Formats: sequence, structure tokens, C-alpha cells
Amino acid sequence: MQHDEMIWQVINHQFCSYKSTMAKSKGANRDKKQFCKHPYSTTGLCNRSSCPLANSKYATVREENGRIHLYIKTVERAHSPKNLWEKIYLSRNYTKALAQLDEHLAFFPKAQIHRNKQRLTKIHQYLLRMRKLKLREINGRKAKLTRVHRKVEQREERREKKALVAAKIESNIEKELVERLAKGTYGDIYNFPEKTEEMEQEEESEDELDTDEEESEDEDGMMEYVEDLDEEAESDLEDFEMDESSGNVWGDDESSSGDEDSDSDDDSSSEDSGSDDGSSESGHDKKAKSKPDKKKKGKPQPPRRRGPRIEIEYENEEENDGVAESVGDAGLAW
Amino acid sequence: MAVSKKKGGHASLQGKKPSNSAKVKQQPYTRNPGHITNKLKRSEMYGKYLLAKKAQKRASRIAREKQAEALGEDAPAKPKPRTLDNTRESEVTTVKEDDEEIIADEAEDEFAPYFSDEIRPKILLTTRPCPSAELFHFIADLMRFIPQMYYYPRKSYSVKEICTFGSNRRFTHVIVLSEKSKVCNGMLISHLRPSTAANGLGGPTAFFKLSNYIPSTDVPNNGSATNHVPELNLHGFTTRLGHRAGRFLGSLFPHNAQFQGRQVATFHNQRDFIFVRHHRYIFEEGKDTSKETKEKKTKARLQELGPRFTIKMRWLQEGTFDTQFGEYEWFHKRKEMDTTRRKFHL
Repeated sequence: MQHDEMIWQVINHQFCSYKSTMAKSKGANRDKKQFCKHPYSTTGLCNRSSCPLANSKYATVREENGRIHLYIKTVERAHSPKNLWEKIYLSRNYTKALAQLDEHLAFFPKAQIHRNKQRLTKIHQYLLRMRKLKLREINGRKAKLTRVHRKVEQREERREKKALVAAKIESNIEKELVERLAKGTYGDIYNFPEKTEEMEQEEESEDELDTDEEESEDEDGMMEYVEDLDEEAESDLEDFEMDESSGNVWGDDESSSGDEDSDSDDDSSSEDSGSDDGSSESGHDKKAKSKPDKKKKGKPQPPRRRGPRIEIEYENEEENDGVAESVGDAGLAW
Repeated sequence: MAVSKKKGGHASLQGKKPSNSAKVKQQPYTRNPGHITNKLKRSEMYGKYLLAKKAQKRASRIAREKQAEALGEDAPAKPKPRTLDNTRESEVTTVKEDDEEIIADEAEDEFAPYFSDEIRPKILLTTRPCPSAELFHFIADLMRFIPQMYYYPRKSYSVKEICTFGSNRRFTHVIVLSEKSKVCNGMLISHLRPSTAANGLGGPTAFFKLSNYIPSTDVPNNGSATNHVPELNLHGFTTRLGHRAGRFLGSLFPHNAQFQGRQVATFHNQRDFIFVRHHRYIFEEGKDTSKETKEKKTKARLQELGPRFTIKMRWLQEGTFDTQFGEYEWFHKRKEMDTTRRKFHL
């Protein structure tokens, strides 16, 4: 026969092979530091109420290979420890499993029922999490952890330092920028005499040739030209007169030289800034002035640009949205 | 000492041997005295050996200078110091400047529309799951650096899901930042936009190791960046792979540089380390004058805007991010590829 009290006296005061003590504890904390390693223990603590050996009425919930079972102790079979525990399969459905628990543990102490339900919940949750993680792995969504080679990292760190010194980044950037300036990437934003006069003359003559070709090829440019004229017609009378005075140039523009181009450009832009918006920022002006000229250097536009106009900026943006040649140049430099 | 020398040679010989200074000849200490077993003597001789070496070096330098002066313009050029860069192992795929085949290839690759400014990049930026607060400084810096960049919190999405999300929203690139110990240590860049060069699919994808990040605020004499589109400066990408990496990085920036902003974004490749820098420049008249025009040379002056960081490519994969079935164009296999210190891949 089972004598619960006697068993507990032995376990508590003499020896239990499932008992484990964390550290030497003294005084009131003594009980709290003792744990139970019995596999059927519900709490893992060593005390009278949760001891699976010293309770003839005991039940526990355990998980084995993903299935959850309810184990109930049957004291009548205490003489054959092999058959001591009754094993009941619990449903995979959580609510059904809870109902099963309630049914089987109907006459058990409240604390044990509650404890077992808590265990059931916990096991359900970790099984769910396990399935989720496995699915992630199967779907290739699991993060792959890679090793950090400490020695290699240190070596690379050293080499990086040396490479940084060898790179001379700032001076290389400066060199590259000056080169770009000389190449004319920035157009007329800057006024640095980087080239000799002869070189400039050559370029201009080339430009002229280019414009001719452009004219014949690029019909889109011509369309824009007409639109702009309309806009300009609304603008100041003076400007318009000026347009007309140079109208012959507009008509047979092919013959005009590049020198005139640049001159009139400068004039017009300065006038524009004056008439357009007196309070406009200097940077703004610069932008308005420089942009069309930059275009000219990269890929010259039809010469109608020469006329004074107000809406330069708008037109610019349109052109920019299409194809920006000189900009592309800048990006391509290696 | 001087007196004793006059009198009887070396101090150690005094009183021991009849000194005959005429016959005592200083031996040049040309041999490394490592073979001498007596430690005291060895260290003494080693000092002399070093001095002799130095003197010899000096003498040869002076001789060289004299010779150069005598020969005038015909003098042999100064010997260049050997560095890892100029003794680099030659790579078969090094691109020559006027290689038509490569120029044609690059005109048709995935990044060509970015470089011809047909498409402007739009970048989705995200992090590893649960990023630390420190990472957000880097994110803020990156967003100030690269235009058209949008940050999305990672939440619990996989990179593949983010890629499909991004391509549905017409993002061109996805950047995923990784970190360890609250320091950003990696950057995954995936190109999403389908292109004919990649058989109508997205790609490529590259992973860069990221190191030495210095926030804009910590850069010495830093300025604050403006919203202008910076120009791009790709420097030192020589091989085929290097060109590809460089073009990939270049495609992150729109190619309608606003020159009035005077900002330049630099990717400088040196020994496979890609140094990323952001500067503002100004052109000035320098002090030197050029020989032809007699005018002062123009020079550029820089102010760093930040951030600073270094990246190193680890792998380049075809298509959008797919570590399971994706094919790698290039994978840095340290043991196979890094056979010498003079081998560089970019």
C-alpha cells in the first residue's frame, strides 16, 4: 500500500534521487532552492504538493514526439511500477484537449488541474513555434548565420588602413574634378581660363558644324522653338523688339558664328535676371545662365537659343528630363 | 675619445698591443652580425652595421644626384617605390579604355539606362529584423547621401518578400543593412528592375561588407549636404568585375547631376576596398602657373560632407536575392582567390 506521508518524510528528510539542490542554502530559503528532476513532475519544484512520488493522486501532461499525453497515476497498480501511470492521448485540438483534461481530472484538486492546463498551453505553444520555424526553414526563409573569421577580419582591417593611405582619395578627387572642368563637363558655370585660345576657337568651329547637323536631324528641337516664341511674345516689348532686330540671325542662323552666340547669351541672361525677378538669388541666376550653355558644350542645340528670353529655366527642365548628355558624361568617368 | 684615437687607435686596443694606426683598417660592416653568438658583441656590431648601411645608402643617393646633375635632362628617371598597386598581379580581364566589345556590352547591361539617365533610381532601404537604434544614424546619413531613398521598417518580412514588394511599387533597388554589436557591418544591394540584359528579370544582387562607418557629424570639418543631386566619381575599377561593381554602385545615383550644388559622391576602389566619400568642392586659382598659358592653374578644394564608409564586395549574384537557387556571378573565395597579397579582383 501507498503511504504518502511516509514517502514524503523519507524524501524530505533523508534521500530522493530526483532531488537536486542548486546551492547550499540556509534558513527560510532552503526549500526554494530544491528542485525535482522526476520526468512526471508538473512544476519541477521539490515540495509536498508537487511531488509525483509522494502523491497517490497525481496527473501530469507530457509531450513525446510532438504528441501530447495525459498521465494519471493509478494507486491500485502501485505494486507494478510498469503499469503505474495511465497514459491518455490528448487531441491535437487545443480546446478539445482542455475538455479531455476536465473530463479525466474531474475529481482532482483544483491546483493540479490548473497546473496541468498551464502545461498543456505551454506545450501547445512551443509545438506551434517549432512547426513555424521548420516551415520557415523549408521555405528558405530562415536566416542563414555565417561565421565571422576573427583573424581574417583583423587582417582586412589592417589592409584597409593601408589601402586608405595609398588611395590618396582627396587628391584623386581634386584631380578628377579639375579634369572634368577642363573637359567642359560643367559648361559655363565657371569662368576659368583652362584652355588656350586656339583650342577654344577650334571647339567653337566644331560646335558650329554640329549645330548644322543638329538642325537637320532634330525636329523635336524645332517644335520647342515655336512654342517658346509664343511665350516670348507675351513678354516685354523691348525684348521682342530685340528679337526682331536679330531676327535675320534667326532666319539664317546657320551662318552665325559661335562668338556671337556666347555674347548674346550672356547679354540675354543678364537682362532676364533683371526683368524677370529682381530679388532672385544669385545662385538662381547662375543656374539660369549656366544651364543652356552647358548644353551647348555637350551637344549643341538649335541656335534660336540666342534670342533673349525669360522662361529659360522651364525649357531647361524639359530638356533635362529627356536626355542629359553632359551629365551622363560626368557619371561615366571612371 | 678623440685624443685617445690619435694616440693609439681604438680604446679596446690601448695598452694591449703596439698601436699602429697606419695598418689598422676599418672593416666595412656589410654582413648582418646575426651569426655572432656573443650577445654583447653582436649588439655592438649590429649598431655599427646599421650605421654603415645608412651611410652607404646616403653615399649612393648623393652619387645618383651628382650623376643626374651632370647628365642634365638625360638623367635616368627616379626609381619609383614599389607598392602593392604597381606590382599588382596582372588580371586577364583588365579593361582597356577603348575595348569596343566591353563598351558595347556595357551599353546593353542592366545599368545602362541609369547611366544614360533614361531611368532614375528609386531605392527601398531596410535593415535586418530588429535593428538597433545606432543603425538609424547610418540610415539617416545614407538618406541624406543618396537621393530618392525610402526607408521601410523590416518587420518580419523576408528579403524575398521585400524584393517582390519593391518591384511591385516600382522601386529599382533594395538595400538591406545588416549589423553586429550595434555596428553596421554589411549591405545587401539588389537591383529589382527587370531588364533585357537579365532575361527580363531583376538582378544582379551584391553583398558588400561594410566597415569603418563614420557619421557625417563626426567627420572633421564636415559641412552639411544640400539636396542637390551629386555628381558621381567612380575611381579605380579596372577589371571586368570591377566595372560591373562600379556600375552597380553608380546606378544608385541619378545621373542628372546638379552642378550648382557642387557635390560629388565618390566610390574609390583601392585594393578591392571601395571607399565611399561625399564632398563639396570649389574651384580656385592655384598658386602654380601653367607653362603654356602663363596663367594660374585652376585647382579644386574639397570639404567633406559625410558619411564615410568602406565597402568590400563579397559576392555578386544573378537575379534578385535568392540564396537557395540563385546563381553567383562571383563569390569571393578567400582560400582559392587570395593566393597572394598582390591579387585584386576589382
